[in-house]
Amino acid sequence: MALHGKGLLLAALMCSAAPAMAQQRVLTFNSNASDPAPRAMFEQLAADFMAEHPEIRVEINTFDHEGYKTAIRNFLTADPPDLITWFAGNRMKPFVDAGQLLDVSDVWEENGLKDSLGSTLSSMTFDDRQWGVPYTYYQWGIYYNKEAYAAAGVEPATDWEGFIANCAAFQEAGIDCLTTGSKALWPVAGIFDYLSLRTNGYDWHMQLTNGEIPWTDDSVRAVFAEWEKILPYTTANHAAIDWQDAVANIVQGRAAHYVMGNFAVAAFRDGGMTDETLGFMSFPTINPDIPRAEEAPTDSMHIPAGAKNPEDAKLFLAYIARPDVQTRINEALGQLPVNSEASVGDDPFLQAGFEMLSTAEAGIAQFFDRDAPAEMAKAGMEGFQEFMVRPERLDAILERLERQRQRIYAAAQ
Amino acid sequence: MTPLPDPEAQIAPRKRSRRRSLTPWLFLAPGMAMFAVYVLIPIVQSVWVSFHDWDGLGQMRWIGTANYSELWWDDAFYTSLRNNVIWLALYMLAVPLGLMIALFLNQTVRGIRIYKSLFFFPFVISQVVVGLIFSWFYAPGFGLLYALIEWVTGSGVALLADERYVTYGIIAAGLWPQIAYCMILYLTGLNAVAPDQIEAARLDGAKGWRMLWHVVLPQLRPATFIAVVVTVIGALRSFDLVSIMTAGGPFGSSRVLSYYMYEQALSEYGYRMGYGAAIAVVLFGIMMIFISGFIWKMWRDEKGQ
Repeated sequence: MALHGKGLLLAALMCSAAPAMAQQRVLTFNSNASDPAPRAMFEQLAADFMAEHPEIRVEINTFDHEGYKTAIRNFLTADPPDLITWFAGNRMKPFVDAGQLLDVSDVWEENGLKDSLGSTLSSMTFDDRQWGVPYTYYQWGIYYNKEAYAAAGVEPATDWEGFIANCAAFQEAGIDCLTTGSKALWPVAGIFDYLSLRTNGYDWHMQLTNGEIPWTDDSVRAVFAEWEKILPYTTANHAAIDWQDAVANIVQGRAAHYVMGNFAVAAFRDGGMTDETLGFMSFPTINPDIPRAEEAPTDSMHIPAGAKNPEDAKLFLAYIARPDVQTRINEALGQLPVNSEASVGDDPFLQAGFEMLSTAEAGIAQFFDRDAPAEMAKAGMEGFQEFMVRPERLDAILERLERQRQRIYAAAQ
Repeated sequence: MTPLPDPEAQIAPRKRSRRRSLTPWLFLAPGMAMFAVYVLIPIVQSVWVSFHDWDGLGQMRWIGTANYSELWWDDAFYTSLRNNVIWLALYMLAVPLGLMIALFLNQTVRGIRIYKSLFFFPFVISQVVVGLIFSWFYAPGFGLLYALIEWVTGSGVALLADERYVTYGIIAAGLWPQIAYCMILYLTGLNAVAPDQIEAARLDGAKGWRMLWHVVLPQLRPATFIAVVVTVIGALRSFDLVSIMTAGGPFGSSRVLSYYMYEQALSEYGYRMGYGAAIAVVLFGIMMIFISGFIWKMWRDEKGQ
């Protein structure tokens, strides 16, 4: 009976609010932020937006982060929401090509985003139009255990020869110089990307991921030749472990370096590392004549073409592009704001990453699976993993990738 | 000898015969409709899609048999096919092993039901959990098997990271619940074995292998048939363990056809519905060989009675 009474009370309240409710517009928002911190951030973001626009109600549907990647294809065609989270670069291209995303060039034009979000303009643009608004990005680089350095008795090196010499010292001390967990494949793409950016440069790397360079080319072999130098010092059995398992190798001092994205810092700290024991550095220079480029994948929001309320969704995109909003979002996420007028959090790794990215003269790559089309990304990462386990098969791997390149990019024309 | 006339048929011959021919169809209709919607039409659709280039989002483009000719040259396809054959062959071990455990457990000891349930346990837990347990069992560093091999030989082997062993490692995980399944089939079968025949055979001096081979096994034929059928189907549709334990890795060496199909058509990087459908059609063809064999045998048995 008490319940019944409450229900009546609620109904009475709703009746009194009905005139306002009738005009309230709804924005449905499908989010992939299933981890606690990002999830809380999105809920706060929606609450702040609704405080500014009381006439709009934002409804968030949170999906599991991995499941979202396949679910998106279903809900885009079957039941499109008004807003979605996704990734920049080639990762969004299949949806742009299929006409599933709304052209939001007007949002960019009206809010001057081409200046404030200029660093990511190219990765949000296809056919001279913009298809979404980026809200966060994070650097990739080398995270290392300072205690492992002390144990091996060496100092961090900024050039490749020095890095490899250190690796030999780590091996003497019984420590893996480089660790990774390649069960899910993508961690090895980070290593390849940096070797490629350091050996042949940003423009070459973009040509490669755009399918303009044959995989059997000597310039590609040069990248793998550099990679081969550090293979003996890389954790064995990386193919059987996940990226989190490799974090444990760093935390326990069994490995020294890990090429990773900044999101791993939380995992290092959970494992007990502090700012005193965890270090961060840019990937060492291989060819000093090549201007430095870095890697920073961008996460973005988009409006599906089938959105029921695209006008308010554009309002929301303009909102998340604002510097003050991006500052708040990224403080909560522990990542970097895309808007150049936003301010970066105090975290030393964020500060180091921001410094590194803002001084990268050559450019900022997204990530192998966002720069290259999906199928090439998959085939490539598999090839990288195979190379790491069986370097003697390089010729066969490159020939296979070249066949894939000819098919995939020809089909894309 | 002329058959006796049906008394009912004489009363209202046409009406009754029509009703009699209609009734079975009416009873079958819901099942047939379901079967058509969820099995037959999807099969036709898959074949249709396999002749197209389609990313699952945009327009379908007719490309004839191009997907199939690409399959012909695709190394990954042959890796998957070979793994499927290994799965089929080794998965069959579940049948004799299940029989062995069933014979062992088929005795009247105090608390035998508890032992039976314990042996049946792996079949009750989800394949996902089985996959996880075995991944940890094999895991380099802290895995029990890894530590054991390291202790015996001096250097550990990470089964799931080695392309030579990975498929066998997954099949071993798959056998664990499958043996339990075959065991339970045989246990029920053993209940139906006629005690007088055993008795008679024993009087004639049969025991051990001869008793098993000539007296017990022939009576278990229905159980053996079902055990073989579910094991063949189970081997061909092995997907969950591959997905949980290795995701097809390292570098695609533990893929099976069903996983390769998923990877090409539906996974994170897979946007090739047409190619995935072509793989599915090939897998369907392989399955049809076995299934028609089973159906033919069942049909023959029923006719024989």
